[in-house]
Formats: sequence, C-alpha cells, structure tokens
Amino acid sequence: MANEKIEQLRGEILGACAAAPDMAALEAVRVGALGKKGSVTGLMKDLSALPPEDRKAFGQQVNTLRDEVTAALDAKKATLGDAALDAKLAKERIDISLPIRAEAKGSIHPISQTMDEIAAIFGQMGFEIADGPDIEDDFHNFTALNFPPGHPAREMHDTFFLPENEKGERYLLRTHTSPVQIRTMMSQKPPIRVIIPGRTYRCDYDMTHTPMFHQVELLVIDTETNMSHLRGCLQEFVRTYFGVDDLTTRFRPSFFPFTEPSAEMDIGCSRKGGELKIGNHGDWLEILGCGMVHPNVIKACGLDPDVYQGFAAGMGIERIAMLKYGIPDLRTFFESDLRWLRHYGFAALDVPSVTGGLSR
Amino acid sequence: MKFTLSWLKEHLDTTANLDEITAKLTAVGLEVEGVENPAKGLEGFIVAHVTEAKQHPNADRLRLCTVDTGAEVLQVVCGAPNARSDLKVVLARPGVVIPITGEVLKKGSIRGVESQGMMCSFRELKLGEDHEGIIELPADAKTGAPVTDVLNLDPVIEINLTPNRVDALGVRGIARDLAAAGLGKLKPLNDAPIAGKLPTSRKIATGLSASDAHKCPQFAGRLIRNVKNGESPKWLKDRLNAIGLRAVSVLVDVTQYLTIDLGRPLHAFDDAKLTGDIGARLATAGEQVAALNGKTYTLDETMVVIADEAAALGIGGIMGGEPSSVTEGTTAIFLESALFDPRNIGATGRKLSLNTDARYAFERGVDPASALWGIEVATRMILELCGGEPGEVAAAGAAPAWQRTIAFDPARVKSLGGIEIQDSEIKGILERLGFQVSGSGSNWSVAPPSWRSDVEAWQDLVEEVLRIHGYDNIPAIPLPRPPMPKTVLSPEQRKVNATRRVLAGRGLNETVTWAFLPSAQAALFRGELPLVTLANPISADLDAMRPSLLPNMIAAAGRNAARGLGDSTIFEVGPRFEGGAPGQQVNMAATLRAGHTTARHWAGTRRAVDAMDAKADAIAVLEAAGLNPIGLQAVAAAPAWYHPGLSGVLKLGNQVVAAFGAIHPRAAKALDVDGPLVASEVFLERIPLPKKKGAGAARPLLKASVLQPVERDFAFVVEETVAADAVVKAARGAERDLIADVGVFDVYQGVHLGEGQKSIAISVTLQPKDATLTDAEIETVSQKIVAAVEKACGGKLRA
Repeated sequence: MANEKIEQLRGEILGACAAAPDMAALEAVRVGALGKKGSVTGLMKDLSALPPEDRKAFGQQVNTLRDEVTAALDAKKATLGDAALDAKLAKERIDISLPIRAEAKGSIHPISQTMDEIAAIFGQMGFEIADGPDIEDDFHNFTALNFPPGHPAREMHDTFFLPENEKGERYLLRTHTSPVQIRTMMSQKPPIRVIIPGRTYRCDYDMTHTPMFHQVELLVIDTETNMSHLRGCLQEFVRTYFGVDDLTTRFRPSFFPFTEPSAEMDIGCSRKGGELKIGNHGDWLEILGCGMVHPNVIKACGLDPDVYQGFAAGMGIERIAMLKYGIPDLRTFFESDLRWLRHYGFAALDVPSVTGGLSR
Repeated sequence: MKFTLSWLKEHLDTTANLDEITAKLTAVGLEVEGVENPAKGLEGFIVAHVTEAKQHPNADRLRLCTVDTGAEVLQVVCGAPNARSDLKVVLARPGVVIPITGEVLKKGSIRGVESQGMMCSFRELKLGEDHEGIIELPADAKTGAPVTDVLNLDPVIEINLTPNRVDALGVRGIARDLAAAGLGKLKPLNDAPIAGKLPTSRKIATGLSASDAHKCPQFAGRLIRNVKNGESPKWLKDRLNAIGLRAVSVLVDVTQYLTIDLGRPLHAFDDAKLTGDIGARLATAGEQVAALNGKTYTLDETMVVIADEAAALGIGGIMGGEPSSVTEGTTAIFLESALFDPRNIGATGRKLSLNTDARYAFERGVDPASALWGIEVATRMILELCGGEPGEVAAAGAAPAWQRTIAFDPARVKSLGGIEIQDSEIKGILERLGFQVSGSGSNWSVAPPSWRSDVEAWQDLVEEVLRIHGYDNIPAIPLPRPPMPKTVLSPEQRKVNATRRVLAGRGLNETVTWAFLPSAQAALFRGELPLVTLANPISADLDAMRPSLLPNMIAAAGRNAARGLGDSTIFEVGPRFEGGAPGQQVNMAATLRAGHTTARHWAGTRRAVDAMDAKADAIAVLEAAGLNPIGLQAVAAAPAWYHPGLSGVLKLGNQVVAAFGAIHPRAAKALDVDGPLVASEVFLERIPLPKKKGAGAARPLLKASVLQPVERDFAFVVEETVAADAVVKAARGAERDLIADVGVFDVYQGVHLGEGQKSIAISVTLQPKDATLTDAEIETVSQKIVAAVEKACGGKLRA
C-alpha cells in the first residue's frame, strides 16, 4: 500500500517538475513536495502509523524519493537557468563597430628620439653623456677652443650676445656644443669618452637655419687615439645610425680652429630625381665635421698636447634626423604643430637601443 | 674663391683633365663648390666650312648654304645675316641637343627646302648673349674638328676656402697644393727685382707711432712714369669677367688680377693727384674718405688710412679712394704694396660694413714676404701691358718676423694620423709645399714658408702630410671597446629621459620651442626672476631668454587651435633661464593641456581639462623621477601666471618641486589664446635622486598579508578652507600600523551643511597583519580616526 502511494507520488512530482515552465512553477513544485507541508515531507508523518518492523524500509523509500525529487528539481533548475540566461543574453547587443573611447597618443619629439639613438650607439663604444650651460662665456665658447680674439672664424659663428654686465663681461649663447669639451677636459682626467648633445644658437634664420638648433659633440682624449680611430668610430656610427651596413664614407681635409688635423666626413648617397637616398650610389653628402683635438685646446685645459691626444666631432641633430626620417623642413622642428608632432614623433615605448633596435 | 682652368695652368704644368683637377682639389682640402664648364654639352658640335651661300628660293631673309664638314657636304638653311660663303662656323647636325632649348635637333624642311643641320650663335650654345648672327670661327679652324678645341672655353672652378688657407687665396697657392699632390709641376714665378730707372721722388712717410706700427708694418711704393692706360687685353678681361669681376682699365685690372692670382692686394694711385710724401697713418676721428665704390666712409682713430701730405687717400688694406684713383688719362702711377694687421683690418671692415677682396686677404693674413716681391711682379706686368719707366722702390718698415722652425718627429704622422707613410714621402710632401726640412731620424727641423702663417705646431705638419697624401688613405679602425660599457646616462639624465617617456605615455606630445620669447611675454611669466635679454636678438619678438617654458607652449596651443586643433596636450623638457650667466639655467618639465580631454564621443567621456589634470601630470613626472608622492604637500601658492584659486605648488619639505593649475585668464589673454588651459612645471633638478641603499637594486621584502582588508567610510563636515589633504593625513596618522590607504571619494557643499562648510568623505582601508579584526577593534580604530580628524581639522563626523 505504502509502496503504491510512493510510486504514485514520484510519478506526480517528477511529472510536475518536468512540466514546470519557469522558475516560479518549479519553486511551487519544490514547495509542494519538499516544503514543510509538502507531499514528500508528509509521508514521514505516515511513518509513525506503521508497524515498527515496516518503518525502516518505508523510511528508506521516502529518503530515496526525496533524493530523486531534489535531483530532478536541481536538474530542472539548471536547465531553466541556462534558458533564462540565453534569453537575457539574446537581448544584450552592442554595435561593435562603434569607435572606442579615445585615448590620447603621446609622442616623443624627433630631436629627443635622435639624441637617444645617438646615445645608444655611442654607449656601445664606451661613451658617457656630458652637458653644459646654454649661456656661455667667451673663454669656453671661443678662446679655449683656439679662436683667438678678433679671428674671422668667430665672425662666422653669428653669435648671440647678452648685454655686457657691470663687471664688463659679455656672455653669449653657445654657438656650438664644443665648450662642453673644455668643461669636460678641465673637470675629468683622461681617458675621456663623452658625447655632448644639446641646444645651440646662431643669429641666422632662413630656409636652412634656425636661431636655435641642436648639436651632438664627441670627445675622446687619451694617449693613443688617432685619426684612424676617428674614422673608424664615425664610420661605425653612420652605418649603424642609417642602418646601411656597408655605407661608404669619405674624409676631406677641412678647417676648424679647435681641431688639427681637421676633416669633414661625407657619406654615400644618391640625388637622382631630386630624392635624397643614403647608400653607396656614387654621390656624396656632407654629414659632419671632425678632427684631432687641437694642441692649443688641450693646452688650454691644462693637459700636455705632446702626451694627450684624441678626437672631436660634431654634427647637427636635426640634420641627421631629417636625413634618416625624411623630414623636409628644418623650421618645422620648432613650430609645435600638433599634426607634425604626431606624424614625425615617436611612441613613448619606442626606446632606441642597439640590442632592441634603434628604430622601428 | 673662383678661378678658371687656363688661369690655373698659368702656374701649373699639368696634363690632368678638369675632373682629375677638381677631384684632387677637394681631396687636398680645397673643396670644390661648383664648376661651370661651358664645354659641357658641346661635344657633338663641329667646325664646318660654308663653301657657298645663296638666296633661299622661297624666302627673302633666308640663305641656303652648302656646308663642308670634312666628311660630307650638307645643305643648311640659315637665317643669320652673317651667313656667307667661305666662313668657318659651328655646326649642329641632327641628333645633337641645342643647349639653349634643350631640344634634339631634327632634320627639317624650311620653306620647302631641306635643311640638314644648324649653324649656331653664341646664345644658342649658352656661351653668351650674342644672337646677332652665327659664330664666326677663325679661318684657320680645322674643318670637322670639335668646336671645344677651337672656341676658348675656359671652365670656371669655385672652391670653398677655409679661413686658415690664406695662401690658397691666390691661384698660385692652389697650383702649389695640386703640384704637391702629384698633379703636375709648379711653374716658376718671375719676381726678380726690376731696377729703377729713375729716383722715386716721394718718400714713404710713416705716420704711425711705435704702439700702432704693427697696424701697417711695411709699406712699399714705386713710381712708374709714362704708362699708357686703356682697355685690358682680351685674355685679362676674360679671366676677370669669368670670376665675376668687372674689367675697368688695364692699370686697375693688373691690381685686381694679382690680388686673385697671387693673393697679393696692391693699389695704384694716379701719381699726378698726390701731394708730397705718402704713407700709412691713423685716421682722425670723423675723417672721411670717398671710396672707389662711390660711398663716403667716416673713419675713427683706430683705423689706418693711406695718406699723402694733403689728405687721406684710401682706407688702408680695404679700399682705395676716388679722388686719387687711376683714370683713362693717367700717365704716371704710384704703386702701393703694403702689409696690414689682420685684426685691425677685420675690426675696421666690420665697423664700416665694407667687404672687399683686399680686406678678405689682409684679414686672414697675406704672405708677409709679399709686399716686396708683389711690387716687382706688378711692375713687370704693368711694363708689359702699359709700357713706362719704373722708379726705384721706396719702402718703410719691415715684414713681421715669420721665420720659424718646428721640431718634428715623422713618427707623429702614424701616432696622430693613424697611417704609415714613408719618411721620404713625408719629406717630399713638405718640400713640395715650400717647407724646408732638415735633420734626420726622429729629429727633424721644419721651416714653414712665409705664406703658411697657419702652420705653427707639429700637429699642423701632420695635417699637411695627411691632406696631400690623401685623407681617404687613412684606415678606419673601430675605437677599441671597453669589455663592458658603462651606463651611458647619469642618474640625472635618466630622470630626464624617464620624464619624457612617461609624459608621452600619458598622451602628451613632446615639443621643442625657442629658448627666446618677446620680453613683454617674459614679463608675465618671470615672477621675481630678472629679465634676461639679448643684445642682438634675431628679431624684436625673440629678444628675451625664457623665464618659463609655458609662454611659448601656450602660443603653440593658440596656433594649433587656429588650425582647428583646440584640444592639445603638449610637453617640453628644457631650460628656463633664471639669470644671464652660465649656470643660471634650470631644467624644467612643463606640460600644457588645452580644451577638452577628448573629442566628443558617443560614450560621453568628454570634459574640459582642469587643474587636477595638470596636477596629475606633475605628479607623474615626480613619480617617474623616483619620488613617492605621499611625501608631497600641496600648497595654494602658485606663481602669478596661474589662476589664483585653481592652482598650487607641490612641496617636498620647504622646497617647491612643481607648480600646477589653470593658466591665469589675463596671461592667456595677453598671449591671445582662449581657455581652458592648464599647465604644470616641474623643477627636475630639485627632485632628489633615489638613495642608493646597501643592497643596491634590491627592494624591501614584500609583506603581503593573507588576511582580508577591511574598508570603512567616514564623512566629516569641516570648514570649506580645510584641505582634503589635511583630512587624509590626519586619518592616515591615526593608526599607522593598521591603516594601509586613505582615499577621498566625495566632496560636497550644500546649504543644509551650513554657510562656509563642506563635507569630505573618506574611505579608509585597514589591513590586519596577524589576525582578523574583531568588531570591537574596528570600532576602536574608527574612533581614533574620527578623533584625529576632528583634532587636526576641526571637523565633525557627519551624522
């Protein structure tokens, strides 16, 4: 009798569970079966009416039923839950073609980037970076660099002067980064290997000159560095910087007051069709001035030029940036045109290194 | 410096062609700037003989010519009035390019008659402007020969002379370099003295005191009588014209020619216009000279004039005067050849803004021996071209001593120059350049020639040897490398680099602006700093050194806004100038944000930039430099170019390390830029470098608790003047061991809080370390926080 009742109940409950259309109906089935007044719960009340010998078996049957019902309810609940989630998700849609929230893209100026590239290359050769003031005195900018007072080479520098001060000194804006050679030699003992990047100033403003521009200077002082090292060092630099492994260089005699012998270096290029290309194409492009540090300069820094020797070289940073990156106009470097900064600038994380790549 | 090929060959006996010569010039340091070769493009043109010229059957003005090329006989139609029989002409045959048009000549038919070529004018060959008729070649020109062999086509070479090489200011000096480099032989120069046939009546009067004598150390003069002035011969005119000089008259042209030929400026006075003795003296203040260029110059007492007993005749070493100048009718000249002090010439030329070939030469220092031989060479040339009787040379003073010897070890060529050159070759090069070499082994004694005042030390001799031997022979040897290179950047430089990369990472575009700006703008952005102006600015609006990076950046934002880019974010790292002496510059990182944070966007994230954006930029820089921002104190004390209420400075102890905020509307208006504009300025050098601890790069051990942190919120009502920072600091200090973080999540002002009050809501994170916090412990800490804030800020916990 009892068995029949249980079987009937199982059929009813499992049927109702399977037929429950939603969570609410399923909950009603659960309450109707397993709630305080539920049908399965009610079966336990019948237990006390049974003879003691039947109670155990009946109890087991009720427990089995309870487990079955619970499992069926859980299974149904999961099924209904998935369906509800699917239905909900089906209604959630975005237009994935919409533009993302704007994030400002910053950039590094080509001058800074080029300086970093230069530092990365010369860093491999054991150079450190030295710097000095933009406002200089005559001694460091000219006299110590072997420009005698009144020498015509001074005039060629188009110097910006500050007004004479009460002590009768007339400071100036450095016309080249070379005064830092003097500051370095006077404050550091050889061997010296430094590069000196920085702002420089000349009173000249046209298509190819700006009153402020940037140079990088090289200085090596020891007892044996000679002109073949100068040539080797610079050749390695231009090959690495321009990414042309076999780039040819040409050395021509020239004149700078602070070097002796002095040279200018050309690199191979092509100008066919009005387009400048770096490489071994038969034409030459002047790229920098250099030479062995003049004995008078070494002397001015308190060193003996019969013992110490070395080389210096200098080049325009904007110029080599223009050559490498195809920037057509020098003056645009200083116009702060956002379109230019974004177009010619470099990403924050594009840090040049010899191991990781100088430029993308 | 310009000269022609034939001119060079006056001094150089060579078989080298133009290309070889120009390549060698550049190789020895006389950089060729340009070559104008009129023969270029005329390769296909030949000498032809017009055997018959008759009337064109169908045109009155055309001639029908029978032309012999030596190889064939052609029929050519020609419209030139001088086309006639038995004339040697320049013939272009079909296929050649006519220089003036750049077009290929085709066989054609003119008025029904075939023309198998074209006879050319000077203009058509781009050899001049003459287009009156066709070129008439000499009758003895060989028919069929290339015209380049027949026409006098003298290429003009221009070299870029470095200021040390005054010897190469003369064509002869250039020839000497080429000869030394193996490109032929230097021809001898006839500078033998010419005996005077009559006494020179004028004496050389030295009007310079002993202290000024160096300004004109030597002065030589000579009378030449019965000269015949007139037009110069064609070769002389051609050479002067080719290098851009104007032929005047033969007497003047000789002095012009020798200035270029030998680098020896000379001057010829009309002797009839002189009064008494002649010589150099200082000008009197305000003394005037009517110079040869038609201008009158007012001199001062530092300048040297050449004067006779009546007046100043010319500006010594720079330009002669008009009244005493040679004219067509001149029959007697007084020839002057003198030496002047380079520095004084330079100073005089600068003061007068007067550039002449003579100044250029004297300023760089002409050959000190040349005053005497110069007058002989000039005399010889004048006698040849103008006839006349030379007087005796009158001279005063002496050339400054130039003779010297340099001790030289030829091994220095290798030790400094990096290239092995045989001693015999070293000696040969020096001797070919005019140096006298004696001694042996490593003890040479080298005496430079008079014309090489630039050679002073053994290093200069190394250069001479290297440049003539060829710089390109120097091997390229990599600089020996240290086993492991040092870090390239100093800690200070790394700070600067980190600043750049961090700001670019925050979306700002790096810019580089002028270090100068208009002084009116400097005044708005300098606070207590002095105004630093330039004595010779490039223009009136770039006359001061910047006391702040911001004005130029704000102006840039204005320009960008005018281009339709009103939302801009730029930064610059560079110096501001706190004074006008070396070392008074300070490295700054400055940021400027203008307009809105982003463009308008469907997600509605756009807002105007505000002072907090600028504060964030400043803090990002400080953090990139290694500073912990918790130690910073924000104080409302920004400089005057910021909005008084929307700005502040960040202090580390007593030191201001940054300023930030909205730009003062008046400052923005003065720069004609519309807001919103917010900026920050960080003093990079004031940020202390991270301290190196004993463990180097090692960091303190991370003590991450396994226990869950607890967050509690508190709202305080305080006076509106109370800084949020003060509330946060008070809360943080209430129980340092437990409180991990304090954040401000709401600031509110409303009428019901009461006049002058505001509410600040903070969220405090408690991080237990040893055991989970009990409710009682949390309550205790909460009370401490409330008490601390109330004590420090006078606030009340909001009910």
